[in-house]
Amino acid sequence: MKKDLHIITSLFASSGQLQKKRAFLTIAAIAWGTVAILLLLAFGEGLKRQLSKNRRAMGENITVLWPGETSKAWKGMPPGRRIRPRIDDLEFIRERMPELKSVIGEVVSWRTAIAYERKTINGRVNGVNYEYGDARKHFPMPGGRWLTPEDDKQRRRVAFLGDEMANDLFGKDINPVGKTILINNAPYIVIGVMQHKTQMGAYQGPDAQHAVVPMSTFKAQFGRERLQNLVLETRRPEDMKAAIRKFNEIMGPKYGYDPTDDRAFGTWNTVETAKVSLMIAVGIEMFLGIVGALTLLIGGVGVANIMFAVIKERTREIGVKMALGAKSRWIIWPFVLEALLYTFIGGALGIMIATLLATGATFIPVESSEVMSFLGRPTLSPQIGIATSLILGLIGLMAGYFPARRAARVDPAATLRYE
Amino acid sequence: MTSIIKMEKIRKIYDTGKVKVEALKGIDLDVRAGELVAIVGPSGSGKSTLMNLLGCLDTPTDGVYELGGENVGGVTRDQLAEIRNRRVGFVFQNFNLLPHISALENVELPMLFGGLPPKERRARANELLDRVGLGDRVDHKPTELSGGQMQRVAIARALAMNPDIVLADEPTGNLDTSSGTDIMSIFTDLWKAGRTLIIITHDPALAKRASRIVEIRDGRITSDRRSEEAA
Repeated sequence: MKKDLHIITSLFASSGQLQKKRAFLTIAAIAWGTVAILLLLAFGEGLKRQLSKNRRAMGENITVLWPGETSKAWKGMPPGRRIRPRIDDLEFIRERMPELKSVIGEVVSWRTAIAYERKTINGRVNGVNYEYGDARKHFPMPGGRWLTPEDDKQRRRVAFLGDEMANDLFGKDINPVGKTILINNAPYIVIGVMQHKTQMGAYQGPDAQHAVVPMSTFKAQFGRERLQNLVLETRRPEDMKAAIRKFNEIMGPKYGYDPTDDRAFGTWNTVETAKVSLMIAVGIEMFLGIVGALTLLIGGVGVANIMFAVIKERTREIGVKMALGAKSRWIIWPFVLEALLYTFIGGALGIMIATLLATGATFIPVESSEVMSFLGRPTLSPQIGIATSLILGLIGLMAGYFPARRAARVDPAATLRYE
Repeated sequence: MTSIIKMEKIRKIYDTGKVKVEALKGIDLDVRAGELVAIVGPSGSGKSTLMNLLGCLDTPTDGVYELGGENVGGVTRDQLAEIRNRRVGFVFQNFNLLPHISALENVELPMLFGGLPPKERRARANELLDRVGLGDRVDHKPTELSGGQMQRVAIARALAMNPDIVLADEPTGNLDTSSGTDIMSIFTDLWKAGRTLIIITHDPALAKRASRIVEIRDGRITSDRRSEEAA
């Protein structure tokens, strides 16, 4: 083995020089293929990360439930009855499901008149409990704050605005925090404006376009206490299925519906949809990777082609070596090494170019354009580097091995004949 | 004297698909150590085929061939390569040196395949080149050498592994008369030093210097003469 290695490296080191132009073109083809695969994968990775970031903008480990109509008969009651949970059900669930991170209720007033000085807009007002902020990623911009339990207890007239609504109402120049707005003619103090986020999933409407007030205040002003939505937040994603089942087992007896009736509460389990969307993103990435690998394969065919030409050129040399006692593996491996060398140089060049381009991409302001905020920014990861190197190595190996195997089949007796 | 080469009823048939050509039709040949054998014959007589078989570049279709007491029938390509490496030194009409490496490296090549350590290879290659009178040309590439010099490098290379036989195929065919005579003298010297040499040629002047002339015609040995006053 050690002897083989010595012989192969000695032969490789003393093998003839390839024509410069041909070597250059092959290396360029490999570099081009490497750039293609790396950029495509980087694009896919950026898309995956951005998708996942945008998806998380609505919240992680949450399930949104909205009351519907029963579809199954239950204890003598016919199907088709409406389920109408109330604000006090939140406490009822909290007591029975302490394992949940939070139980959130939402009450909604649609197309409500919201006014600041002379400007009036029609918008959505949500009454929620304070846990909503964390679970649904309503983070205040600097200078503002989110709702506190105290706001709810004291029924404070405070409002947290979505960034687009704040912009519609106040324009760019006025800081809304501390200003008084009128919601259905009742004065509220703006305590915070939501940080901008690109939101993939939404119910009722985008978070950027609503105003949020404490639930107790909402109830006092609008007199409603039927929940539009419930949001359950678990501590771990894998607990979600069990939590939804338990929720129905608790609410079923209370509201008189079959706990297995999935129409009583409409369910949006973001843990499940996250899995699906991750699979789609991985699928896209794989597709891009395959396209890139095919591009690289063309480069590999170039290398193989060159190796065939080289072997044809050196047939006599191969024959001489064989006559002098070279074994087939000592003929094959120097050629494989040569192919690997071209692939390696081309690959290294490609990786350098792609890294430069990807570094350049970090200067693209993602938030500035609508398209970019969904596509994300091309990102190179170590995994992409490893995958590309493996593909490169494999292609180099094949591009060298198959032509070299032909070299080893050379008949020395035939090549050593007179010229 | 022991037999170095022992061929019994050797036949070689080339099957080109459409036609089968019987190049050798039963060759019996026995070469003892220290002989200088010239194999002569017109072109197409089968002497090249015989040379391929003698040099283990090819295997016979039929018959038994023992080289240095080792049966070369039924071995793999790699085993055959090893036998060539240890037992056969080749000298070709067109030299067949590798053009991009130096004379020294060309002589080292068989020793590289034979697994000799680098220092020993270098020393022996230098010594051999010195012996053929090229001690001052070791770093020259073949393209920088004359035909006679190239053939001398080839002879040094053939001797590198101290083989049982040196097989020369028309060694003077590409050389002018004076270089040819030089090369022939080297062969004669080697023979006198006890080497076994087989020279394939159609040059009668060359053949005359051999201790034994084997004539081959149409795939058969037609005459086998020993001349005591050779050289």
